[in-house]
Amino acid sequence: MTQLVPGKGIGKLIDAGLVRRITASHIGLNPTAQKQMFSKAIEIELIPQGTLAERIRAGGCGLGGVLTPTGVGTLVAEGKPIHNVAGQDYLIETALRADFALVQAFLADYLGNLAYALTARNFNPIMAMAANTVIAAAEHIVPVGVIAPDHVVTPAPLVDYLIANG
Amino acid sequence: MDPQNLIAKRVAAELTSGMLVNLGIGIPTLVANYVPSDLKVFFQSENGLIGTGPIPEPGMAHPLLTDAGGRPISALPGASTFDSGMSFGLIRGGHVDMTVLGGLMVDSRGHLANWMIPGKMVPGMGGAMDLVAGAKQVIVAMQHAAKGKSKIVKQCTLPLTSARPVNMVVTDMAVIGFPDGRATLLETAPGISVADVVAATEAELIIPSNVPQWSDTLH
Repeated sequence: MTQLVPGKGIGKLIDAGLVRRITASHIGLNPTAQKQMFSKAIEIELIPQGTLAERIRAGGCGLGGVLTPTGVGTLVAEGKPIHNVAGQDYLIETALRADFALVQAFLADYLGNLAYALTARNFNPIMAMAANTVIAAAEHIVPVGVIAPDHVVTPAPLVDYLIANG
Repeated sequence: MDPQNLIAKRVAAELTSGMLVNLGIGIPTLVANYVPSDLKVFFQSENGLIGTGPIPEPGMAHPLLTDAGGRPISALPGASTFDSGMSFGLIRGGHVDMTVLGGLMVDSRGHLANWMIPGKMVPGMGGAMDLVAGAKQVIVAMQHAAKGKSKIVKQCTLPLTSARPVNMVVTDMAVIGFPDGRATLLETAPGISVADVVAATEAELIIPSNVPQWSDTLH
């Protein structure tokens, strides 16, 4: 997740004190998370957003990790091996996976095919590849065939559960 | 003109037609207000959009169309959307021509610190490290001083955003570049003298023989 907004999404879990560890690129929008980080109630690993995307993507694609120039020579590089390719230094960033992914789509069909809207796509398709169990919610659930094959972004076999809107 | 808009207007003079540009939060966001009407520039929002348009009119915001900070934006005709992996691929892959970022401090060699104050402000680096590592041109838009202290320093005392130096810093007093890896005064703001800039700057500046004042009437 890139945004942790109080009272919304996984912000609810943080507000309830149910989160032990967060891996994210930015928690600035959640004062509760800031407070818990400084009081050490939550362990937080901050990762550059592009590195977070690639580590999750690697996890979902069966790769051990990626080489990235982002973070070389900064605090982010501490404890990480550096690999030189053609004269440029890259950090070795290992793959990330999760037990569960909570995915928000715009359209879902009853097979679990997902399509996203506008900037609400962000990390959802990447995360849907990188978790053992994928739970999706959608603004609209439509009959199979309504989402054209070219518009499916997350294919149905990746989705384990679809949550109906209440 | 207030310092923020003065800075944003001067940064906008660096834009050329066809550029793909990523604007950070704060002063950089204001740059979009000063794009000359005859210039076609693509703005990227790193949460997955190229073709960012103005802030929507009241009541016209779309809940699924926001900037990276979650604020409502609009998408211009011809806009495109994509996931975060592709968005940062565009950034790291050198497809973004220019990024404009805010700064806490920049040092005499062009190193930027803009993502944390240990023990005080640790919101996370977001996309800043990827942008500085990957954009073709990095411009820092910030006030020259904060609480009377120069933000152009000899050496950064806050954690760096990248080992790669930035290309240019635009403040309410000056344009500073790093042509030979050292801070060089390129221009002064309207009504500001070279001596004013030197007096307000902690870092040692290289002063070329001719330092023009930028024009108040750009565009």
